[in-house]
Amino acid sequence: MSMHLARDLVVDSVTGVDLKLPIAGAGARCYAFTIDWLIRAILCSAWYGLAALIYNGRWSFAAPLSPDTRWFVFVVAPAAASYFLYHLVLEIALHGRTPGKRMAGLHIIARDGSSPGVGALLTRNVFRLVDSLPLFYGVGLVAALVTKDHLRIGDMAAGTLLAYDRTDVVLPTPPDNQARDRILSAADAEVINDLLLRWPMLDPTARHRLARGIISRYSGGAPPGEERKPDPDPDSTLRAQLEALAQGRAV
Amino acid sequence: MTQPDIRDQALSTALLQRTTQWQAAVARSERLAREPANDLADAAQLANDYRLLAHDLARARRLMPDSRIRQYLEAAYARAHATLYREAFRPAHTLLTLFRDEIPEVVRWLTPYIVWATTIFVLTVLTGWWLVHTYPDLISLFASPDLVSSVDRGQLWTEGILNVVPSSVLSLQILTNNIVVSLFAYCAGFVFGLGTLYILGLNGLMLGAVFAFTGQHGLDGALFRFIVAHGCVEISVMCLSGAAGAAVGEALIRPAHGDRLKSFQIAALRSGKLLVACALLLVGSGIIEGYLSPRADVPLWMRVTVGIAYWLVMVILLVRPAWNDAAPRTLPTQTSPATPPTSR
Repeated sequence: MSMHLARDLVVDSVTGVDLKLPIAGAGARCYAFTIDWLIRAILCSAWYGLAALIYNGRWSFAAPLSPDTRWFVFVVAPAAASYFLYHLVLEIALHGRTPGKRMAGLHIIARDGSSPGVGALLTRNVFRLVDSLPLFYGVGLVAALVTKDHLRIGDMAAGTLLAYDRTDVVLPTPPDNQARDRILSAADAEVINDLLLRWPMLDPTARHRLARGIISRYSGGAPPGEERKPDPDPDSTLRAQLEALAQGRAV
Repeated sequence: MTQPDIRDQALSTALLQRTTQWQAAVARSERLAREPANDLADAAQLANDYRLLAHDLARARRLMPDSRIRQYLEAAYARAHATLYREAFRPAHTLLTLFRDEIPEVVRWLTPYIVWATTIFVLTVLTGWWLVHTYPDLISLFASPDLVSSVDRGQLWTEGILNVVPSSVLSLQILTNNIVVSLFAYCAGFVFGLGTLYILGLNGLMLGAVFAFTGQHGLDGALFRFIVAHGCVEISVMCLSGAAGAAVGEALIRPAHGDRLKSFQIAALRSGKLLVACALLLVGSGIIEGYLSPRADVPLWMRVTVGIAYWLVMVILLVRPAWNDAAPRTLPTQTSPATPPTSR
């Protein structure tokens, strides 16, 4: 038996930038499942207890000797449904999430990185019948431990997997307004960077035109190298000014 | 600090200017994951957000691979991707397509499996009947002690059942049990089809054995009377579930779509659609078994009529009428037609 460390699911995208989704391991799965199990056990017990008390009309949770339709419809069926249909209903309603998965920072995704459809979620949950064998999700746990993407049988059948959600990542504070005024726009910073990288390969006339165009937006006056006294080496001057801009200095 | 380092720093600083746009993109993708877009521009903006996030993520991966900005962008990009490629949620249309097009297609695809599953089931029924007919003591292998003692007393175990359990409860118990057995027959195909074979065989042996046993006590007619109304569909659904499980098993034994995992997934998702119809049919069977089958005052002709009529309903539900065949629709083999990229 070989154990696999958690890895990323890498999905090609039309943008050309791969999507990297960190796959949850068996531990994270167990954590999420335990929370969900506690929630549904509490829900089920609470419903049964309350409904049984109301049905019996006294302090007794016991089933009647000859249970009637009311007992099954109002006491047993909702309690059983809340326990056995918990995952199915919540995963469909919350797009592959349950309270337990949310708390563990997980969600279900399809292998193409999208949210799984209802059919896939149904299949995934039907296969719990096999995964839960022989006891305490034994088959599912072993499968999650030994498979490359930590899949239980239901995930294999439905083409789904559990990935980390990373909703808790907080962005660093952006620069304040004054600082923002001093720095380049993102687009210009990228253009300057590319221009400097490709400087030796570009036609001098073209690179000078591009450089002057950018510098003119930040110099506040006439484009450099035109109305001033003739520059003996405009190439070096323009390059130096671009580098100064790239470093956040005034030109 | 070298010149490229300084430039990268400037790029990083400039990248941070876009935080507001990223946050707006995340908010939009979260909103559109929950509800439909307000208008076309709203939806188109999501595609623009997706491109923006992809672009900035590529920068962040190069410039600051271990930063929170990269992590944030990875999450935002994944979220936008999931929202962009989410299947449209149209329950009425989905159900209509499922029952009108997809289930008949699946039944057609599963026809050889249905023939084999039915053959196996019939053979095991005959085997069970022959075994108990020849060796009566073997009934203890197939039936519970309560059932055996009841028949020994000359009484079917179903008699007077409504005195103990009301019809609604009986229906609920029966349909729940039958649906679980049916789903299990499908899932058990995961064990290379052996689990499905076991469930089909066991149920067939039990049916044949119980018929032989009741026949020895002159109760086979009463048993037929009891099961004919609901049994036609119930037994057929057992064979259908077995066929779905067999298809799943064969996909693992002889993968037809590249690797075993992919074949298993395609077979499970495709044949699983039939289980929706099976579950629905079993609800009807359960209601008949709870309300009609145990009643002593319902004549045999009515039971046979109900049984055959319900079986015909099942056939109509599962087999697409011939007039729809003029424009055959192909069943997608992938999970989603909008699958953009292949994962690696």
